[in-house]
Amino acid sequence: MSTTPLLLTRADLDRMIEILSERGYHVVGPTVRKQEHIISYGEISSTDDLPIGIGDEQEAARYRLVERGDGRLFGYVLTDTSPISFLLPSEAVVWSGKKSDNGFETAEMAAPPRLAFIGTRPCELAAVAIQDKVFLGNGHQDPTYAQRRAGTFFVSVDCTEPGGTCFCDSMGTGPGADGGFDIGLIEVLEGDDHYFVARSGSDEGAAVLSEVGGTPADDGRVAKAAAMVEAAAGEMGRTLDTEGLKEILAGSLDDPIWKELAGKCLTCANCTMVCPTCFCAAVENRTNLDATEAERVRRWDSCFNFEFSYIHGGPLRPSAAARYRQWMTHKLSSWVDQFGMLGCVGCGRCITWCPVGIDITANAAAIRARMEEKAHV
Amino acid sequence: MAERLPKLAVHKFASCDGCQLTLLDCEDELLAVAGAIQIANFAEASREIIEGPYDLTLVEGSVSTPHDLERIKEIREESKVLIAIGACATAGGIQALRNARDVEEFTRYVYATPDYIDTLAESTPISDHVKVDLELRGCPISKAQLLETVVAFLNGRNPILPTYSVCMECKRRGNPCVMIAQGVPCLGPVTQAGCGAICPAYNRGCYGCFGPMESPNTTALGDQWMEMGVDSRTVSDAFHFFNNYADAFRKAGDMYADR
Ligand code: SF4
Ligand code: SF4
Ligand code: SF4
Repeated sequence: MSTTPLLLTRADLDRMIEILSERGYHVVGPTVRKQEHIISYGEISSTDDLPIGIGDEQEAARYRLVERGDGRLFGYVLTDTSPISFLLPSEAVVWSGKKSDNGFETAEMAAPPRLAFIGTRPCELAAVAIQDKVFLGNGHQDPTYAQRRAGTFFVSVDCTEPGGTCFCDSMGTGPGADGGFDIGLIEVLEGDDHYFVARSGSDEGAAVLSEVGGTPADDGRVAKAAAMVEAAAGEMGRTLDTEGLKEILAGSLDDPIWKELAGKCLTCANCTMVCPTCFCAAVENRTNLDATEAERVRRWDSCFNFEFSYIHGGPLRPSAAARYRQWMTHKLSSWVDQFGMLGCVGCGRCITWCPVGIDITANAAAIRARMEEKAHV
Repeated sequence: MAERLPKLAVHKFASCDGCQLTLLDCEDELLAVAGAIQIANFAEASREIIEGPYDLTLVEGSVSTPHDLERIKEIREESKVLIAIGACATAGGIQALRNARDVEEFTRYVYATPDYIDTLAESTPISDHVKVDLELRGCPISKAQLLETVVAFLNGRNPILPTYSVCMECKRRGNPCVMIAQGVPCLGPVTQAGCGAICPAYNRGCYGCFGPMESPNTTALGDQWMEMGVDSRTVSDAFHFFNNYADAFRKAGDMYADR
């Protein structure tokens, strides 16, 4: 792993994309889906496919593409979905089989493609670390995740222009990446000077970088890039005070405030669908018409759905308040008991993509205020 | 197979035929369906009618005439499992818009000889009149849900028919939200899944064809639409559409009409 940073140009990035595909990766990066007015992860074959000069504005329940009027390749904030939706696909066949003369035969599962992500944000790397803990830690390996994860290569790009719903600085997951990447980049565009400061974070990353080439980065440019990332920490659209939050939330479960906070909640599940740390899935068994073929499919599920907590007689969490409370206290409180870390990386997706703009940071602050007020009376 | 094939009947009440046609639209699967089930009484598919009782009966359309009232009871009696299909059969359909109006006045305007018209004041779902074993929502129903239901029936298991929001299917499909990215009002958050989120996939808002989802917060969504610049009349009309007589949508539509 190289510690001396390299300076790369856009042409070097094109070379990197080529090298990665020569090495058998499907290269995935941010692309503009014009008709849908969105920057989303999709397969790319060169830097031409990146959102050149296109940015995004994000606020609660609002996302808009904007022309930046410059040539930045990674001048947007965050895609709608994260790399997690590739590692934990919305639908994955986990078993399939056919009836045979003496019982049934299990079908061979095709190996998933190996993916190289270009432009992964630091909060997304942090989410991958969380999912690693969930699906690979604790002595059990989930094959669906493990198979996909094993072949993944991350080229991260640190954030220099955080968005309106970002709060990674509060969660300690950004705006710069400390690790978790194979190659870590910082993009700088100053006048005509457009460059990427690159470091490797793994052996394979180092190997790819040395094939790419580039030039050793001068101290001035390295310092400039680092300063931009550092400044970004002060430009977060949102903040979340995590001090003692686990305990505060754990003590708030019976408070009527949950009913107020969830009054607008549609129980639509969008927040859980876009959250990179949400991992819940339902397992469905399907058969063909004459039951000679069967498959077991794992599909995204959500704690906002009735069926999710359905036991004999009905759902455990019938009210919107109970479901919203489950979601938020899991992220910011019980996750710590379960996995020894917080379950939120501060990406802000749940705020941007909630159709009614419910804001986890505002609600955490409201609960904190309520519980502090209670403690003082 | 020496066993007797299960007998299927398909009936129509006040409706447009679109839902029954979904069965005929299962082109690739139809041969397999026909091999596993005996189509015993389906006017749309065959003139031959084999007498009941039937193992599985699909009922399309709403009850809207005195004659319908008699007929649905007879159909129930000769059916082991009765499934209501589509927005008309499960919620009274678009024609239920008349329920809050004066039907006699309508008939006077529309028909030269209104005396010939023998209709009920209300268009109502099948479940208002007889026991319904299962409801397939939609205007029209989803082919995938219909096949899933038939397969489940043939194999003696419960069909997988989620009652959560269209948003679930929208996100699984990878659509970015049209409300948020394009400012297009969408009924997805209060509408039951089943269609596969077709409209948002084509940059349109959901029209609510599958009726209210399991816990619809119609006011939160209606208010959000208004914040996006939609007037209350349009919000009301959106709820008073194919599923206007479904409880949650009827109430929401009434409420925004009065604002
Ligand atoms: S809870 Fe919200 S901000 Fe936190 S990781 Fe999930 S989507 Fe991002
Ligand atoms: S918080 Fe927002 S996105 Fe999440 S279920 Fe409620 S309304 Fe939907
Ligand atoms: S487009 Fe409609 S269905 Fe899709 S997520 Fe948005 S509100 Fe839900």
